[in-house]
Amino acid sequence: MALAADIFPDTTFRLTLAADPVAVRAGLARIVASGPFAALSADHRATAEIVLAEALNNIAEHAYSGGPGDILIQLAAIPAGLECRIADRGREMPGGSPPVGVLPQEDLPEGGFGWYLIRSLTQGLTYQRKDGQNRLQFVIPV
Amino acid sequence: MQLQTQTRPKVLSVLVLNDRIDAASAIQFKEQMRDLTQSAGPRVVLDLARVQFLDSSGLGAIVAVRKLLAPDRVLELSGLTPTVEKVFRLTRMDSIFTIHPSHAVAIAYGTGG
Repeated sequence: MALAADIFPDTTFRLTLAADPVAVRAGLARIVASGPFAALSADHRATAEIVLAEALNNIAEHAYSGGPGDILIQLAAIPAGLECRIADRGREMPGGSPPVGVLPQEDLPEGGFGWYLIRSLTQGLTYQRKDGQNRLQFVIPV
Repeated sequence: MQLQTQTRPKVLSVLVLNDRIDAASAIQFKEQMRDLTQSAGPRVVLDLARVQFLDSSGLGAIVAVRKLLAPDRVLELSGLTPTVEKVFRLTRMDSIFTIHPSHAVAIAYGTGG
């Protein structure tokens, strides 16, 4: 009965982690060692780690405002790339949608890069507020 | 954060020994850099050769250090690894820093040699 596992090796990876920067760092270490990441080139792994770091740290900092909370991450290798689904029970995105993500316009910006990186490096990004949860989904294209 | 410094007449070199500057370490990095560079000469070279990962918090901290040093001292960078280079390039912060391929090149740059 190992046939299905042979055809679809490690296609989905699930992880729940606490919404704080130290837990996010530890979670990213497990994510980059996961099955779906193994299918990616080194360059795409780097891209995916950057995007996931920004998305997860944004949830810790903004959705949960630095307070306690959980983040659920689901990753799947699909033909188009790495499909990422992220859910949390923090605050809704302001205005009900994620930031458009433009580069900060000041000369020496110390922040505001996160959503620019996420938007630049992903495709098919969707956001839903449902059942008290934020649900973010996107693909890291290969 | 583990930061290793080396002082030359006009250059303070800071080698980051950690493999990440991220949201969990950005504030500490900025504070340690502020303390380490208080009596620095005109050039501070931050060697990122061992840093494999930088997120937007880490990037913001490096920009903040550059601002802390201005106007009398300049922050230069060396040894960007592929992921770090990518973050600088995508955010166009590569255009506001002098970036040397290696620490040795950065030191030679200052002496005209």
